[in-house]
Amino acid sequence: MLNPDSVGSTFAGTDSITVSQSEVDAFCAVIGESDTTIAPLTFTIRITLTQFEEILTRPEIGLDWSRLVHGDQKFEIFSPVKPGDELTCNATIESYRVAAGNEIVTVRSDLHRDKKLVVSAWSTLVVRA
Amino acid sequence: MIEVGTQLPEKIFYLDRELLKRYADASGDQNPIHKNEEFAVSVGLPNVIAHGMLTMALVGKYVSDFAGGSAKVVEFGARFTKPVIVPAGQKVDLTVTATVAEISEGKISLTLSATSAGVKVLGMAKAIVLQ
Repeated sequence: MLNPDSVGSTFAGTDSITVSQSEVDAFCAVIGESDTTIAPLTFTIRITLTQFEEILTRPEIGLDWSRLVHGDQKFEIFSPVKPGDELTCNATIESYRVAAGNEIVTVRSDLHRDKKLVVSAWSTLVVRA
Repeated sequence: MIEVGTQLPEKIFYLDRELLKRYADASGDQNPIHKNEEFAVSVGLPNVIAHGMLTMALVGKYVSDFAGGSAKVVEFGARFTKPVIVPAGQKVDLTVTATVAEISEGKISLTLSATSAGVKVLGMAKAIVLQ
C-alpha cells in the first residue's frame, strides 16, 4: 500500500538526463517516424516511468510495482524535446485512492530544460487488488 | 477544409510480437506481459498484450502527421480501456481515426478513436494541435 502521507510530495530527480540521438532514432523507427530531429510525442515516458518506479517503490512510499497497470496518460508539451537536450525531472504524487481494493495513484512528471518547463506528464497508475 | 465535425482519414497500424520487442527496447519497458505468453496468461491476461504506451505512441504518430510534425502538438492524452492483444505469429490492427472537436485561438482539438480487432482500446483520447 502506498503511504498516504506521500500525497502532495514532490521528488526532484537526482541527475539531468541527456536525450541521445540513438534513443530518439530507435523510438522513431518503432512508430515509423522519419523526422528524427524531434522526439516523438510520447518519447519522454521512458524518462518519466523510470523515475516514477524509482520513487514510488521506495520503502517509505511502498507501491507494489509488480501488480501495476497503466490507467491513463496525458502530456502537455510546452517545447518539443530534441536530441541533445539535458532534462531534469521532478515527480509529484498528486492523488491516491483505493477503489474495490485497487490502489489508484496519479503522478505528475515535470521535465525542465535550463530551468524552463518543457513537458508535464500525468500518469494514473493502478495497482490491481 | 478543416471545420468542427470533420472526420480525418483512417490509418491502420499493424502490431506483431517483433514490434512489441522493438518498443520494449526503445522505451525501456521490459514487462514480460508484452513478450511472454505463459507469463501473461498466468497474471490473468488472454495473451501477450501491447504496451499501452506503444498504442499511444502510434496514435501520437497519427496526430503529429495531421499536425505537420511533433513540434505542433501541445497536448495529448488517453485512457487505456482495453488491451491490444497480440497472439504469436499474427499481425493485429490498430485502426485510428479522429474528429475535429473544436477550433479556437489557433488550436485544433481532436477527439481520437483507436480500435483493435473491432474493440475500442483507448477512451477519452484527445489531442490539441497548433493550427
